Amino acid sequence: MNHSRSRRNPTREPDFPTAKPPSPGGSSGGGAGAAMRLIVPLQGVVQGRGGLILGSVIPGALYYFFQLYLKRCRSAKPNSNPPSPSSSSAQLADLSRSSSRSNLSSRGSVGPVRVSARANSIAKPNASPYYIGLERASEDPYDRFDNPDGIMQLGLSENRLSLDLIETWILENLERSMIGGADGNLNISGIATYQPLDGMMEMKIAVAGFMSQVMGTTVSFDPSRLVLTSGATPAIETLCFCLADQGNAFLVPTPYYPGFDRDMKWRTGVELIPVHCRSSDNFALSVTALDQAFNQARKRGQRVRGILISNPSNPIGNMLNKETLYSLLDFAREKNIHIISDEIFAGSTYGSEEFVSMAEILESEDFDKDRVHIIYGLSKDLSLPGFRVGVIYSFNTSVLAAAKKLARFSSVSAPTQRILISMLSDTRFIQRYIETTRERIQKMYVAFAAGLKQLGIECTKSSAGLYCWADMSGLIRPYNEKGELELWDKLLKIGKINVTPGSACHCIEPGWFRCCFTMLAEEDIPVVIKRIQRVVET
Amino acid sequence: MARVPALTTSIQYTQHYLLEKLVVKGVVVLMGFCSLSTLAMADRHGEDSPYFAGWKAYDLNPYDLLYNPSGIIQMGLAENQVGTDLLEEWLEKHSDIPTWKGTLTSFKQTALYQDYHGLANFRKALANFMAEVRGRRVKIDPDMIVLTAGATAGNEILTFCIADPGEALLVPTPYYPGFDRDLRWRTGVDIIPVKCYSYNNFEVTLPALEKAYQEGLSKKQSIKAILITNPSNPLGLTISPQTLTMILDFAAEKSIHVISDEVYAGTVFSSQPFTSILEIVQSSNKYDPETVHVVYSLSKDLGLPGFRIGAIYSSNPRIITASRRMSSFSLISSQTQVLLKCLLSDSGFIAEYLATIKERLKRRHGEFKRGLKEIGIDSLEGNAGLFSWVNLRNLLVCDNWDGEMKLWRVILEEIGLNVSPGCSFHCEEPGWFRVCYGNMSEDEMNVALGRIKAFMSAGRAQEIAVLSMGKTDALAAAEGSSGVAAAACTSLGLDAGDLQPEPLAH
Repeated sequence: MNHSRSRRNPTREPDFPTAKPPSPGGSSGGGAGAAMRLIVPLQGVVQGRGGLILGSVIPGALYYFFQLYLKRCRSAKPNSNPPSPSSSSAQLADLSRSSSRSNLSSRGSVGPVRVSARANSIAKPNASPYYIGLERASEDPYDRFDNPDGIMQLGLSENRLSLDLIETWILENLERSMIGGADGNLNISGIATYQPLDGMMEMKIAVAGFMSQVMGTTVSFDPSRLVLTSGATPAIETLCFCLADQGNAFLVPTPYYPGFDRDMKWRTGVELIPVHCRSSDNFALSVTALDQAFNQARKRGQRVRGILISNPSNPIGNMLNKETLYSLLDFAREKNIHIISDEIFAGSTYGSEEFVSMAEILESEDFDKDRVHIIYGLSKDLSLPGFRVGVIYSFNTSVLAAAKKLARFSSVSAPTQRILISMLSDTRFIQRYIETTRERIQKMYVAFAAGLKQLGIECTKSSAGLYCWADMSGLIRPYNEKGELELWDKLLKIGKINVTPGSACHCIEPGWFRCCFTMLAEEDIPVVIKRIQRVVET
Repeated sequence: MARVPALTTSIQYTQHYLLEKLVVKGVVVLMGFCSLSTLAMADRHGEDSPYFAGWKAYDLNPYDLLYNPSGIIQMGLAENQVGTDLLEEWLEKHSDIPTWKGTLTSFKQTALYQDYHGLANFRKALANFMAEVRGRRVKIDPDMIVLTAGATAGNEILTFCIADPGEALLVPTPYYPGFDRDLRWRTGVDIIPVKCYSYNNFEVTLPALEKAYQEGLSKKQSIKAILITNPSNPLGLTISPQTLTMILDFAAEKSIHVISDEVYAGTVFSSQPFTSILEIVQSSNKYDPETVHVVYSLSKDLGLPGFRIGAIYSSNPRIITASRRMSSFSLISSQTQVLLKCLLSDSGFIAEYLATIKERLKRRHGEFKRGLKEIGIDSLEGNAGLFSWVNLRNLLVCDNWDGEMKLWRVILEEIGLNVSPGCSFHCEEPGWFRVCYGNMSEDEMNVALGRIKAFMSAGRAQEIAVLSMGKTDALAAAEGSSGVAAAACTSLGLDAGDLQPEPLAH
């Protein structure tokens, strides 16, 4: 089951050519090159003797090899490894090949100018229903008044419930916060000129403060261990670049956020190994499963560099308790691997359960901190995805040094940082904002889950995040991924709602769907439920 | 008897093996055996060059007219502050804009907007601005703009799109030191320098291109593109239409892409207007437009590097799709997009701003060049950029890279200026330095000029040469025996850190 699932899933196909043995084309090219080196001097001999047969055979052979070369040239997929001069024959082949290539190009007969193999693979049409759904919904977005027949977007985990609070604050404070200096004077050079590319120190202090405020003040974050990036997406990619080489892998408990397949793999060449969690234990993470996946990878000769956990989990909305975090740390130490803990929903919790950050565990116990790296961002907990602020928090000085340098490729805009420094430093406002947001998320969760229950659809118990993880396995036929995608398609086309199917999250059991309810207004809930009902009844 | 050497070999081998383990995995040992990627541990980022070392020295002792008049003047940073007063004035006048009052985009839309296409009206305004700095002789389609957080990310993303690991780009020298990091570090792509020389003002020539191309081929490297910087950093010169045509012809013949980094397009102050590569491509049907890509940014022309606005302009659909998707790693804050949309749409202001900075840069360039000329220092006759490319070859105690590094240290420690040595730009001839004047007030530039003048008139150049060669060789050097001087230089190496920083001459 495990195997069939991963094989069928479109996102599992490798984005990057990983280290492959040299293609057979290479040897034929070498043969052609070597043969040409032999044959060309022969021509003189042939003409001298006037051999009619040889005279026609040799140009024929030349033409044949020429074709072979062209074919090789066209089909040649660039090897991901830089060419290493391993044997003299390979060198010889390459030399003659390159010289004939320049002859060709001077005649202008080389094909079109190509883009890189990785660009080709990234430019491929979207195959994941996650992205297809997002696109469809954005083409025809629902609006209670302007477009009541549009598609309702429940596929994007965005929090729109408390934007009014942020807007009010901005309207009252923005002018002063962005370009006003501490003394109230206008000071543009503080935002216009080059600022530290990994974030201003003031911003790091403000974000560190916000993080501990959100995570329950029992844990404090050291601003000097923060690297700011333009969103959590580059934060996670940057960490991958720092921790793993091309072809290395991370263990990722499923179901997981569909974007990881892009963010972590596209440019790094890193691979993700799904570690399956099941509904029978509320999709809790088991170290036994991790251990199994680790050993299987090792048998395949693949190097596992770390585990990626999202806590609170996206798409399930549950949290890892202290015991699990301890056992994860033990496992990582035993296997000598890293842990990336994605905690971007840390502040979006509700209910009685307390969120425990990995940082809190490390602070209280004598663990090896160097292997733990935390991802955070302001897109979810502060509902400002447009402002692009992500965070790498690491205890490892080498990782921090490298990440700071890499931050130049994804820096946060300085005026945006200025506004956020003011906003985050207003701790009274932030406290009110966090509390209100939690109340509102909980209210929506309760209403949404109750609506689904009326239709006989159960959700897993969750106490964080902006979504429900709904079990619609009773509604799919056949009971497999095909059935699941058929239901997803019906929900999109007939019900006009976009949700994320479990298969996009690599869930091992078919029939689960992630529904983000924070995209909706309260009045929209009955509309969504009615639409699902319409699909259920057809 | 035979066993002894065998044993020795095996011990040696073991020792060697252990040593190698220790060295290679040294980091691992330090970090509790949890290793990092090769990328994180390698020095491919190239930040160990003097270009960056000088910045650190400046950070420790920065010049300030009032508080630290003897501090180091930062002339290593290509930042445009000559028009900051205009920007400040505009923002003061339009202080209600950042609050979203009266703009088309509501706050809610802005806060949530994270689409990698970028706000449509911002892209339109940027396209208009890009056409404006290219003299309206170029059509810019907003849909062919991919936004990135700075040109740094733009260059990297384009490289990701055009070449695979192990493949190479041709880059004419001298080139911006950051390219070594931006184009190579994460992409695994290599740079093959196209060597240019002072005899023709470092202009790219066809034989130089051909030579670099053949050099790549002989290393079995597949060459995917030529990347030019126009106007050039560090030369402060635009590339002539003839040379651009030659480059395009060359690229077409070799079937490779052309990337034109035009981040200084708006700083061209000569009466001869700037010619973008797009102008040539669009005005003839000889070249495939899908092979020509431009990188642009508002950091230099608008003097807003803190805003992190970069752009890739390409008409290649595949590259647009791939780079747009990759731009999700490098998005621009929507708040910043809204603000700049308003700024860029104010066409009256933009025209005035561009005209003013050109005029001011022209004056500064003239003053700086004249000031140097008075004391016998030659510099390139530039027509763009925020810096001068200065020839100090005559001042080198030995005509090699050691000599250049020595002089660079003297300029930093004795004259108190952080300038960038030619070697960090991969210049082929020692003795050239890039000196930035766009990031300071005119007064500060004059202080810098004054320091150079004082240094030269005190004959300090000669004294330094003597000092740095040690007491024994001092006489020989003073007599002008350049051979001895050169030898002394080489033997001292780069680590002649025993130069005593002396009080600055005012």
